[in-house]
Amino acid sequence: MQIDFTHKQSAHCENGVVSNLMRHNGFEVSEPMVFGIGSGLLFSYLPFIKVNYAPVFTYRAMPGLIFNRFAKRVGIKVKREKFSNPEKAKARLDENLANNNPVGLQVGVYNLIYFPDEYRFHFNAHNMVVYGKKDDDYLISDPVMEGVTSLTTKQLEKVRFAKGAFAPKGHMYYPISFPEKLELKAAIIKGIKHTCRDMLAPAPIVGVRAMRWVAKNIKKWPVKYGAKKANHYLGQIVRMQEEIGTGGGGFRYIYAAFLQEASQVLNNSKLEEFSKEMTQIGDAWRDFALEASRIYKKRSGQTEGYDSISDQLFNIAKREEAFFKALRKAV
Amino acid sequence: MKKKEVPQDESQLEKANIKDMVYAVDENGEYVTELSTGWEPKTIALDNAIKEIEERVEDAKKRVLEHKTSPIEYYMELHKMDLPILASYAGMWQWRVKRHFKPSVFEKLSLKTLQKYADIFEISIEELKQIKNQ
Repeated sequence: MQIDFTHKQSAHCENGVVSNLMRHNGFEVSEPMVFGIGSGLLFSYLPFIKVNYAPVFTYRAMPGLIFNRFAKRVGIKVKREKFSNPEKAKARLDENLANNNPVGLQVGVYNLIYFPDEYRFHFNAHNMVVYGKKDDDYLISDPVMEGVTSLTTKQLEKVRFAKGAFAPKGHMYYPISFPEKLELKAAIIKGIKHTCRDMLAPAPIVGVRAMRWVAKNIKKWPVKYGAKKANHYLGQIVRMQEEIGTGGGGFRYIYAAFLQEASQVLNNSKLEEFSKEMTQIGDAWRDFALEASRIYKKRSGQTEGYDSISDQLFNIAKREEAFFKALRKAV
Repeated sequence: MKKKEVPQDESQLEKANIKDMVYAVDENGEYVTELSTGWEPKTIALDNAIKEIEERVEDAKKRVLEHKTSPIEYYMELHKMDLPILASYAGMWQWRVKRHFKPSVFEKLSLKTLQKYADIFEISIEELKQIKNQ
């Protein structure tokens, strides 16, 4: 059984699943639109949580939040199910496929056999669509892949029941009701306001304050932890910023694309200017990554290098602070 | 980033036929998507992270052979896990898993517990008990 489903590659998996499921149900919404309305853009620093023996840095909202916010703001209802029993999880999936309903799944990356070994980490917040089954193979539309792929029943069960942080527990989701017409305008404004609030939040672990905190800590790393660990931490920042799914520049380019599209929908030419500025901020993040890579490439640990990229990050924080203060007033 | 400046560097993604999708601006200032084969700064970061894991695996192996830890720790590192992840797969408290790293405790583990670990690492109990052939 195979549902007639159009696979379209996207930069990020969650936006991509939402955008593809929306298209399947007759609504054309671009990936940047989903990301912007869902207030996906963020910066967060969690030094007390370690992943791969380095602190957590993230450039986006928590998994699942983007779709939830998007759905609420445009008036869609989403059904979400989690399972403790893999048999039941499989049965519910098969039931949906039999009803011609493609579903989104949250999965772990470590056992996704079609990824190269180097990319298979214990990361549990990947998303894909299942759109059919042929013999023992489930037909998979993974948004970060150019084409469709497939997984056997056993392989799919493994990724659906991966363990560790954010364990998916068979998490399956799909939209169940839609408004007659998608009303994007109000949703866009809500999405933008929310992102401005997050980025300017008076908490040290999110937004521009978190960037400043990282910038401050970067200077201390080589002395406090030694060159090796400091380089490892720096590498983690760059990986989180530029990994598959970010669209480059820690999601800043996707956000700039969203602002450009929003400027047309809202007929607000100021947003086009904001889009250009966000593109330049994205470029500044890329320069930051390039400079950082020059340090960890050598795997030595000169402290001057650390001071200079710390300053670079302070600078980006300053620009983003001014950006979101002005953006808040423009919508 | 301009569309024509999207980096096309060598990376591990190529052999799996995956390309990274990035957003960039075309000649008319419009946002478009473009595929990228990779970008050196992030390839180096990933390579370093892999090297780091390989060093951890080697170190664990050495300590197993010196009877300072049990093969469970070695297989944990080999599967890019850490203690919280392994404990989550095993369905045990972290301190219990950590205790199983002690060679003296490992030797006395029940077949049932050994089988649990063997299943997690997808190997036989024999393979779990000795790592020399790896």
